[in-house]
Amino acid sequence: MNEQLQSDFDKIINTSKVSKKEVSLKKAFLKKFIENGFPNRKHEDWKFLDISQIIKKNIGNLSFFNDYSLTNKVDPTIFVNGLEHNKIVFLNGKIEKIDFSYEDQNKIEINEEIEKDNTFDFKNSLIDLNRAFTNKVLKVLIKKNYSLKKPLIIYHSINDKINSKNINLRLDFELEQNSCLRLVDFFSKSTNKNFVNIFYNFDLKKDSILKNYKLDKFRNNNLVYSFNNIEQDSNSVSETFVLSSGSDYFKNEINSDLKGEYSSAFINGILSLKENQQHEIRSTINHLVENTKSYQLIKSVLGKNSKSAYQGRIFVNSKAQKTDGYQLSKAILLDETSEFNAKPELEIYADDVKCSHGSASGSLNENSIFYLMSRGLNYQHAKELLINGFLLDVVEKITDPEIKILIKNIVGLKE
Amino acid sequence: MDTREKDIEKLKDYKYGFTTDIENIKAPKGLNEDVIKFISNIKEEPQWMLDFRLKAYERLKLLKEPNWQKPKYPKIDYQDLYYYSAPKSMNDKPKSLDELDPKLLETYKKLGIPLQEQARLNGIAVDAVFDSVSVATTFKGELTKHGIIFCSMSEAIQKHPELVKKYLGTVIPITDHFFATLNSAVFTDGSFVYIPEGVKCPMELSTYFRINASQTGQFERTLIIADKGSYVSYLEGCTAPMRDENQLHAANVELVALDNAEIKYSTVQNWYPGDENGKGGIYNFVTKRGLCKGKNSKISWTQVETGSAITWKYPSCILKGDNSIGEFYSIAITNNHQKADTGTKMIHLGKNTKSKIISKGISAGFSDMTYRGLVDVNSKAKNSNNYTQCDSLLMGNNCGAHTVPYIKNKNFDSNIAHEATTSKISEEQLHYCQQRGLNPEEAVGLIVNGFCKEVLQQLPMEFAVEAQKLVGISLEGSVG
Repeated sequence: MNEQLQSDFDKIINTSKVSKKEVSLKKAFLKKFIENGFPNRKHEDWKFLDISQIIKKNIGNLSFFNDYSLTNKVDPTIFVNGLEHNKIVFLNGKIEKIDFSYEDQNKIEINEEIEKDNTFDFKNSLIDLNRAFTNKVLKVLIKKNYSLKKPLIIYHSINDKINSKNINLRLDFELEQNSCLRLVDFFSKSTNKNFVNIFYNFDLKKDSILKNYKLDKFRNNNLVYSFNNIEQDSNSVSETFVLSSGSDYFKNEINSDLKGEYSSAFINGILSLKENQQHEIRSTINHLVENTKSYQLIKSVLGKNSKSAYQGRIFVNSKAQKTDGYQLSKAILLDETSEFNAKPELEIYADDVKCSHGSASGSLNENSIFYLMSRGLNYQHAKELLINGFLLDVVEKITDPEIKILIKNIVGLKE
Repeated sequence: MDTREKDIEKLKDYKYGFTTDIENIKAPKGLNEDVIKFISNIKEEPQWMLDFRLKAYERLKLLKEPNWQKPKYPKIDYQDLYYYSAPKSMNDKPKSLDELDPKLLETYKKLGIPLQEQARLNGIAVDAVFDSVSVATTFKGELTKHGIIFCSMSEAIQKHPELVKKYLGTVIPITDHFFATLNSAVFTDGSFVYIPEGVKCPMELSTYFRINASQTGQFERTLIIADKGSYVSYLEGCTAPMRDENQLHAANVELVALDNAEIKYSTVQNWYPGDENGKGGIYNFVTKRGLCKGKNSKISWTQVETGSAITWKYPSCILKGDNSIGEFYSIAITNNHQKADTGTKMIHLGKNTKSKIISKGISAGFSDMTYRGLVDVNSKAKNSNNYTQCDSLLMGNNCGAHTVPYIKNKNFDSNIAHEATTSKISEEQLHYCQQRGLNPEEAVGLIVNGFCKEVLQQLPMEFAVEAQKLVGISLEGSVG
């Protein structure tokens, strides 16, 4: 694999215009990735679902070369109807369209950024891979006191020209004081198998609000890894919602640093899996100063042969008194072949804190099914109703009414 | 001269030979085949036992010391340890307590364990362990009447080889992790208990451990077998004198419960935790594992951990038999620079198996407390249930409390519930107690005892009183 990595890397460098400085930086990241390789179950963070094995099993030989000189035609049928929105279309590993027509152009800046050296240290080889191979680093800046009028939807789509490839996307967002961004990640259908590696970096200044909704609803065969790094200044709010049910493999990783007082982070997730799917959510919330808050609610519904994992970590620094941290993960196992894994972790160094977590897993309650059936529903309907109710709980946590309706429509949940 | 004495003679010429001045017989420093042969030989073990040890040693050479735990410690030089030391007076075994070395008895008294008194008043058979070899076993007659075997491991190897052969290493195989394998290779002594079919042990069996000679790693090996329909409650308590160097204690405890049998294993551990600056103290790296082999069997672990510089242990239950039950009740208190990484593993293999975990962690001073636990429900363990509760209490701003539960559910018929909280002692509670005339320290003791009540209740009477006192003593100086 290492030889292929190197040759694919050289090919990309030759076909695209990259400055010398950047090349040497990318080379350093590639070197780091080659040293560590894809993470496997020996790494604590990858204990439950082994990405290195999954890639081997699902894709086999992964190609890292992507010809960025080609232009791809954007298929407008993928766009979400019934909701006015700004767009970024990310097609075959390349950003093909950026449309902020609803917004005040003076308040938003989109620049290509030059990768800086050692800005992140996550000890995560997939991020090294991303930084070595990503085409462009785009930075979106939302200026002071500006709230985007319409949500921004990022379309992640891959057409059938690409197969067995590694695709990387990197976006940086800076939300200046008192600004607000609603960001929807929308994953479309695809039958080809590719490994998508997404790295978002959010910088939330004072009083800013970020709402990120990741919607992976439509059945596709991609393997997706997504990493959100969120740095939060005082009084900022981040809300992350994950709907994870379309891809063959999906791991959502959220790292949130609560660096300013009164900042808060919310993570809500649904993992609704069927045949052979393996999904995971891993969150790390670092409470670094006083009076910060975090809340997490993750629910899984697991069908035949599916596997889900939740690894949540709340870290409380010794300075972070008056922290309020909460984690809850629940799972319903529908089949004898389904599997649920959880590792809700607390690491606490301050005494005046309120931290708790809970985890429960089991089958559907037979008594509730009986109750519904005695009122005229058949078994299947009763089951669906109970599952919907179970999941609706998470959807109701969404604070944005427009997007809540959109998601309810997508998921097919009725109140 | 018999071969054993010859061996001793030979080793006397060895550069790092015996240090007889403190009335101790020691194997030379270091770990190698010769030392293992020496231990086996001095204990007059049969060939199969030596083979067991050597096989474990072969395996050990391939293993690496684990380092994923939270409390890190300086590297242990395994070649710089003594693997065998026995009180010299052991060579001519005393027949009764009165014949014991008076110095030995004196030490026990200092530790607050009046051996004879306790044995007489409490009706407990005491198998006291001084360093590595059993010194006295009392109440043997009463136990023999019921057909119960309660003796030292070395004696069991001599007298009941068929039982030892059948069960030793079945719960903790010699191919297990580093410390367990190390123990299998060099273990010196420990307790052996066999409860025959249908017998309910009439008294609580108890062993007091003590670590003496400096730089002696203690490698105890305990094996408890409860045959069909039997019941036994076993107490293990530990105290250790002041010591400057860090000491390693890597014991193995194996429990086997057959059909309808129940084993209750209680521990109060109060080894030397090091001084206020974190210097010295014992490393407690113990492997404890119980196998619910038969149907309807039950194993229950209760532990009160207040001592040791580093506690790193996970008393576990393998619930193999259908309808078997595993329980784990734990209080872990860390103060000053103590560190603990403890918890349990509940592995559900049989149908209708149940497990319950109640863990209370209290950290004060500069200490670090981690609960780490695994609940693994296998796909065949239909209709299994687990309930886990772990609560942590933090006192002061320099300590840490961590919870790392691993939950694996592969069975859709089974329910797993886990909850954990972390908090501090509320000002209101403290105020309330102080208003009624308690000083802050007493108030904290009272509140902490209340916090631990669920676990303390599980301890046998004799232990519960002692443990309650211990909880108070451990937290001395942590208030204010």
